[in-house]
Amino acid sequence: MAAFGSFALVIALALAAYNLLAGTVALRLIATGQSAPISPERLADTARRAGIAVFVAVTAAAFALTWSVFTNDFSITYILEHSNRALPGAYKFSALWSGQEGSLLLWAWLLAAYGFVLRLTHKTDVKLYAYAGAILAGVQVFFLLVLNFAAPPFALLRGAVPEDGNGLNPLLQYPEMVIHPPMLYLGYVGFSVPFAFALGALMMRYPGEKWIKITRIWTMVTWMFLTCGIFLGMHWAYAVLGWGGYWGWDPVENASFMPWLTGTAFLHSVMMQEKKGMMKSWNVWLIFTTFLLTLLGTLLTRAGLVSSVHAFAQSSIGTWFVVFMGIVLAVCIFTYILQRSHLKGEHQIESLVSRESSFLFNNLVLLAACFVILWGTLFPILSEYVVGNKVTVGAPWYNTVAIPIGIFLLFLTGVGPLLPWRATSLKSVKRNFVLPVIALWITVIVCLAVGVRPWKDGAIDQGQFYALVAFAMSAAVMTAISSEFLRGAGVIARQTGRNHFAAMVLLIRRNTRRYGGYFIHIGVVIVVIGLSGSAFNRNVESEMALHDKINIGPYTLECVGASQDSNSNYNSDFALLDVYKGGKREFQMTPEKRVYLASEQPQTMVAIHSTLPWDLYVVYEGTNPDTQQPIIKAFLNPLVGWIWAGVVLIALGTVVALVPSLTPATAALRVPAARTAPVEPALGGGD
Amino acid sequence: MGASARFTFWMRSLQAVALAVAVCFTLGATDAGSRFTNLNHRLMCTCGCAEILGECNHVGCTNSTSELNELRTGIAAGKSDQEILSSFVGKYGAVVLAAPTTQGFDLVAWIAPFAVFAAALLGTILLVRRWTAGKQPEETLATDPATEALVKKIRRETESGSDGGY
Repeated sequence: MAAFGSFALVIALALAAYNLLAGTVALRLIATGQSAPISPERLADTARRAGIAVFVAVTAAAFALTWSVFTNDFSITYILEHSNRALPGAYKFSALWSGQEGSLLLWAWLLAAYGFVLRLTHKTDVKLYAYAGAILAGVQVFFLLVLNFAAPPFALLRGAVPEDGNGLNPLLQYPEMVIHPPMLYLGYVGFSVPFAFALGALMMRYPGEKWIKITRIWTMVTWMFLTCGIFLGMHWAYAVLGWGGYWGWDPVENASFMPWLTGTAFLHSVMMQEKKGMMKSWNVWLIFTTFLLTLLGTLLTRAGLVSSVHAFAQSSIGTWFVVFMGIVLAVCIFTYILQRSHLKGEHQIESLVSRESSFLFNNLVLLAACFVILWGTLFPILSEYVVGNKVTVGAPWYNTVAIPIGIFLLFLTGVGPLLPWRATSLKSVKRNFVLPVIALWITVIVCLAVGVRPWKDGAIDQGQFYALVAFAMSAAVMTAISSEFLRGAGVIARQTGRNHFAAMVLLIRRNTRRYGGYFIHIGVVIVVIGLSGSAFNRNVESEMALHDKINIGPYTLECVGASQDSNSNYNSDFALLDVYKGGKREFQMTPEKRVYLASEQPQTMVAIHSTLPWDLYVVYEGTNPDTQQPIIKAFLNPLVGWIWAGVVLIALGTVVALVPSLTPATAALRVPAARTAPVEPALGGGD
Repeated sequence: MGASARFTFWMRSLQAVALAVAVCFTLGATDAGSRFTNLNHRLMCTCGCAEILGECNHVGCTNSTSELNELRTGIAAGKSDQEILSSFVGKYGAVVLAAPTTQGFDLVAWIAPFAVFAAALLGTILLVRRWTAGKQPEETLATDPATEALVKKIRRETESGSDGGY
């Protein structure tokens, strides 16, 4: 199977190279009108078919590796290092992306899958798709070169083949690890597609903004995958690492967050190009930057430039990535310089207080946040290079620098939708902002009344201060968005005689993109509320003998036993804790500590009881060697559940935004005939 | 309610809110426990796990327990925060601090993000002002009700549409 897999990868490389070369030659012939022995259109089509065949070849290679994992073929070094016989079936799949070579193969496979869909749907715009296909082939060639020469997944073991493998990293033996990496990679890899379209459109001086409409679905789907991937990673960190948190500003986390920020900026600013023909250069560079950041993230974490608790695969492929990024950047700069006249804006912003302006500031803040994270990630390297002194840039730095920027962004999330396109009057601004400002101040007062203390010992308590600001701002944003929904639904209800719920559904269906966007904003606000809860985290640690009790918040935890278990994959120690609330036994929790047999590595399995106001999070920290009694650490983490609820709403909002809106004609048909009233055109969108 | 009465009402409301905020801000308490928590979140565990000292809880960590004990000893000895942090840096190096200091080259870590953000913000404002310079606010163009109604109608028509975004 190793030979089959290796051969499939070589074939895939040859096909991708043909796709790139033949595609480029064909497009050049078409552009210059030169004659050739074969018609350029036919040549371009052979290139496209080769691109489709790449998917088949890479799928064969991915299948070969998966097959080797399931058949315990330890003659392949990768399988030996990342699997063992007792590994459960689901985790054998995750072995595919638990190491350097496998994760690169997954990357190449997803890229090939995206390319497959792109090449199959080429009839949407044959020429643009040919450009995008050739560019995508260039990216594929790079990854296949790395897989064939720098990080071959089918490298064979020298010497005798052991009976069993080293096993999968225990941190990865968790259900979310079966879906988190593919989801994240779908996001990372997916940005190659809008990048290919943007570069292709620029190369061919694509007329108009249609290419943006074509790539919108690609970009939004990619963004949704990346969002879900990031949050799944957060949940995994929360449930597995056992430190009570979900985001530690680790370089790997940062690497995934940076392209998300620039991708989000692109999704906003691209609307300016669609509606107004503005910010063309900006958008092109945003998507170039997003693609480059996906590569930079891989470089940072895979080349060992920065240390991370999440970096499961490090090797010397850094040079390959540096060279490739250099080539991509050079191509982008060269193309931009050559074609920049094509990117001249058709309009300019007319007022500082307008929707366009808010998009501009939104982009500014998102990019500033991206810069802050990049700066924090790279500063230890820079410091070591400049003054020879390596420093740590950890959570306290990010919390001080990034949170104010995040709050400003939250402010813009609320302000943006309240501003009309082009320009507005002071009177209109006042009218739109009254309710949100009232909500903001009521929230401040309520928070202070219920015990939020942003000031402590004569100094600001940073955590609670930011939490208070975030709660207040969230209330304002939520009020702003809700009033938009209610206003629109009210008008439709008056027009059609429907009840308010039905009117709201119709409102959303009439402009799915706009109201899907609002759902996403509400989701973001809910996430922010959840994140703000961390300022009020509490924890208690105790060694617990039988019937010992610890109190945390409204809960009392009583140790009713400690036990052990074992299976072919791991041995485990766990505590049995009865949880009381108000003197009544509510439920039992079993925090666990496992030691995996193959790797001989320990792993915490946290017990979490999640409710809307808080999570009770209990960690089995180990056993006191003198008393043999379990050491338990319990956390009360407020509002964590809101984070996961918020991301579900973000994903839902993205799906809504992807659904085509009802056309005016269709919408009219759905209005009951007897109730049809003169249409008030203010519902469509815009402001 | 007249303009003057309205102004007084709003001013009094603002003062009441400011007073309430000030009262609440002055509430709070201090204890050695919160100082210990604060300091252990400004330090890193040095075992290589890359975790904040106060949050390092992995099995078999050889460093966090002794570091936390050193911290407790320092607090009990009546040392200031700065003295405790300096003693940790002296023993473990600058990497033990969870964030760069505000001295020497470390200061660049703090200044650069705000400087870049401020420069970008200023640049954006100047750019928008340059674009908008010489253009009259749209509302002032409509001088009579008929024209104003026409402008509003045109704006509604151009701003509506299924793919309008938000």
